[in-house]
Amino acid sequence: MSFWLLLTVNSITFGGLLFLLSAGFSLIFGLMRIPNLTHGSMFMVGAYLGSTFLSGELGFITNFWTAAILSAIEVAVLGALMERFLLRRLAGQPLAQVLVTLGVSLMVADLCLMGWGGDPISVETPSGLGGFLRVGPAVFPLYRVAIIGIAVVIAIALWLTLERTRLGAMIRAGVDDPQMARVVGIRVSRLFTIVFGLGAGLAGFAGMIGAPILSVYPGLDQDMLPLALVVVILGGTGSLLGSFVGSIVIGFIYNFGQALLPELAYFILFLPMVIVLVVRPQGLFGGQVL
Amino acid sequence: MTLRCAAIIIAILALIAAPFAIGQDYYINIASQILLYAVFALGIDVLVGYGGLVSLGHAGLFGVAAYILANVLAAGYGHAVAIAASLIGGLIATAAFAAVALRSTGISFIMITLALGEIIWGLAYRWISVTNGDNGISVTTRPAPFGLSLASPRGFYEATLVIFLLAMAAMAIFVRSPLGAALAGTRDQPRRMNALGYHVWMIRFLAFLFSGLLSAVSGVLFVYYNQFISPQALALPASAAGLLMVIAGGAGTLLGPVVGSALVVIVQNVVSAYIERWNFMLGAIFVAIVIFMPEGLVPGVTRLVRATWRTASRRRPRAMAPSLGPKP
Repeated sequence: MSFWLLLTVNSITFGGLLFLLSAGFSLIFGLMRIPNLTHGSMFMVGAYLGSTFLSGELGFITNFWTAAILSAIEVAVLGALMERFLLRRLAGQPLAQVLVTLGVSLMVADLCLMGWGGDPISVETPSGLGGFLRVGPAVFPLYRVAIIGIAVVIAIALWLTLERTRLGAMIRAGVDDPQMARVVGIRVSRLFTIVFGLGAGLAGFAGMIGAPILSVYPGLDQDMLPLALVVVILGGTGSLLGSFVGSIVIGFIYNFGQALLPELAYFILFLPMVIVLVVRPQGLFGGQVL
Repeated sequence: MTLRCAAIIIAILALIAAPFAIGQDYYINIASQILLYAVFALGIDVLVGYGGLVSLGHAGLFGVAAYILANVLAAGYGHAVAIAASLIGGLIATAAFAAVALRSTGISFIMITLALGEIIWGLAYRWISVTNGDNGISVTTRPAPFGLSLASPRGFYEATLVIFLLAMAAMAIFVRSPLGAALAGTRDQPRRMNALGYHVWMIRFLAFLFSGLLSAVSGVLFVYYNQFISPQALALPASAAGLLMVIAGGAGTLLGPVVGSALVVIVQNVVSAYIERWNFMLGAIFVAIVIFMPEGLVPGVTRLVRATWRTASRRRPRAMAPSLGPKP
């Protein structure tokens, strides 16, 4: 009984991480119409940077949360720079932009291998969250519950930003009809940079938050990118709700798959994707931002 | 046209004679690698260049054939059975892959093929009872068709050359066939093709099968060349390298993938002799080509030569560079 309960909690936790990763991916796709193939790299770089901040090698000691936020900011800046100086040059050529993100992802993977070496780096659970939460007879790892909480808070914050703020309204306008948005005076290309930075920052943050569970290793980017792709194919591009539902579904399938059929866990992910593509090629919630 | 025929015959003779001129095994092996990756790149070019469908999952198809070959050989069957099984298995996998990926086109097609390719990689990596995981599978022998041994680098090169020439010929016939013309039509004007009564999906599906067959052939060559297969050969960098060969050489040309394959294999071997950072180089070349020479080497050089020719004969150049941008 507690095995199934724990597996369920793990699934939701992983779904939460996937949401942080894929929400940015999906927003970038919705606005710029390109899949950002560096998204897995952003996740990995966030985790590597965070582990470095945490180790105190830079001459100052940070706690886990500061490290996570610092690395998220750094990754966000890297993402915004890449959008501004590489992708902007290729505006209007989606295929070329995708190929550039692919090239950059290969370069980043190799740079990380050079900088942090090939051994996995484990990150300790932040202090105070190493314990367990007892609910009746069931016991849950506190940190995993905390991740679920963080994912929910960020989901609500993103939703409020998109729904209630001026920036959100501009993003929605840009997703809906970029040309008309430009005509009414929204600087869509600046929005591109902001959203790209925001998405990258979320991915970097997710990387650090996920590091105590997943650890950091070369190839983490290649493990996460397909998951983000599958989530977005499942949920529909440019849809926040879609990435949320898609993330939870994939979180469950991945974790249950790994527990029950460990050799085929990756393959089972294929099934929901195929079903959705056959029944509803635009994804479950495709075509709407919220 | 006779000039062209003569050039082709000279090129083939030069390729046959190459190992005798090169002499050293190391360089003959590099030449074999170029040819086997050229077959792979030709397969990708069918879709990318002629179909307008950019696939990032072809290393998966390559890998399915490679793993089937290695497993059937390990089960004790002969080479003929193993090769037949791996080509048929490769085609079946391609059919399944295509049936899913062709639900969409354009950018979504890239995403779906990437996800599918990575799933096949994940399978190769984790399905240890079949693939032996990260340790890979070794293949100890090479076949000896008609009593000719392929064990030596030279023998293997000549066999690869025969298969490469067959693939080139198949590709040339395909491109000039009604199906090839229809495929180019679906690339440029899918809706008009549909209105004209062509079955756009079926045309793309058949092209995908052809592409998958070439990938499977190169997968078989790869296993026999390395006598080893591991998940690394299926990973995203492998698909990216294949796509880079096509784009660097020139998508939608016959010679482009071959030139691209030569470029990538030579850079890979030369660079990895000095530094370990091959993937970094691959990414950097990718970014540089996309930004500075999006049309690829073969069309780029052809355009330069033609422009020079025209200027020399005092005619204004008319040729416009095709770009990677969306087609109207």
